[in-house]
Amino acid sequence: MKALLWRDLALAVRAGGGFGLGLSFFLIVTVMVPFSVGPETARLSVIAPGILWLGALLACLLSLDRIFALDFEDGSLDLLATAPLPLEGIVTVKALAHWLTSALPLVIAAPALGVFLNLPGPGFIWLFLSLLIGTPALSVIGSFGAALTVGLKRGGLLLSLLVLPLYVPTLIFGAEVARRGAEGLAVETPLLMLAGISAGALALLPFASAAVLRVNLR
Amino acid sequence: MLKVSDLAVSRGGVPVLSGVGFHLGAGDALVLRGPNGSGKTTLLRTVAGLQPPLSGEMMGRDQVAYAGHADGLKSALTVSENLTFWASVFGTGRAQVAAALSAFELEALDDRRAGNLSAGQKRRLGLARLLVTGRPVWVLDEPTVSLDVAAVGLFADAVRSHLGQGGALLVATHVDLGLGEVPVLDVTAYSAASRISAADEAFL
Repeated sequence: MKALLWRDLALAVRAGGGFGLGLSFFLIVTVMVPFSVGPETARLSVIAPGILWLGALLACLLSLDRIFALDFEDGSLDLLATAPLPLEGIVTVKALAHWLTSALPLVIAAPALGVFLNLPGPGFIWLFLSLLIGTPALSVIGSFGAALTVGLKRGGLLLSLLVLPLYVPTLIFGAEVARRGAEGLAVETPLLMLAGISAGALALLPFASAAVLRVNLR
Repeated sequence: MLKVSDLAVSRGGVPVLSGVGFHLGAGDALVLRGPNGSGKTTLLRTVAGLQPPLSGEMMGRDQVAYAGHADGLKSALTVSENLTFWASVFGTGRAQVAAALSAFELEALDDRRAGNLSAGQKRRLGLARLLVTGRPVWVLDEPTVSLDVAAVGLFADAVRSHLGQGGALLVATHVDLGLGEVPVLDVTAYSAASRISAADEAFL
């Protein structure tokens, strides 16, 4: 398991690994928003939590199709499936590797990008926390979508169509935590809902992903 | 080690083989023969546990090291990193990696990226992976594709020493591996299509 995690991390940061793709997309989106909606700081600070959450979510989506497709194409997924590791463990490790290489950089960069959008002072910590709690759900749900579409050539569009509706609850509660935090309101309820979604996705979806991978490997 | 009885396998929902049975003990080798599309790969994938059989029994599936058409190499990793990864997945050590590198004459390439290897070198690396799995039953699908004569010789040596150490081999191949007298299983005899048509004729 540890070897698989290290291998995926090494592959992500080497040439052609796609590390930083989501991060640069996130950067571009947030830098472009003031150009498109205008530079009024009051308007920007209203939309900042939502834009940052949406940008992070779409950046996360960009790298999903790589989770299993690359291993499927070069045959290593077949070999991993016959290895003495449980497939549920393999999909969990691969989702974790996706989170570490794609989502965690977004979580760390988001407060810095909040400055561009004039995010109100109290919002920074809640934006960071909501992304930290919410993005594991994005990685796990995304790896389920990736497992569903693994055998399809250019399954990226189908993957997005499948995954985006499943992302909606995470987006609603995550952005709500950041918005309420920015406005100085109580954040407990959406924060607990967000944590519940993440915990539920982490507990259940690896089994679903492993089951659909088994079907797709036939 | 590997016991298969009355196995029926399907590809894409269509039954291709039925009633397949064989037994591999320590030191045994079995060659699968049959024309393209006769179900050799499907049978091997079923034996390796990648797809469930339609019916029948299999024993010893967790002893199997499978090598299919694709080598499962990561082109951004070096030769030794690729092997070391599989060694840690299968819980074997550095000694196996070194032995595998020398058995397939890959020592000189060990810090080369797998993506820069030639097709034959990649295949040798893919086969070297079998040695680091430490599993006794090798299930191989056309292992000698893109290998030259010398490399086929290396592979035959590796197979002979594996069988000598009590391993077993199930292989689908069209070339002579130089293993001497090896039992051959012709899968066309178990073709599910011919059985269905025979049954259909009975109703005509």
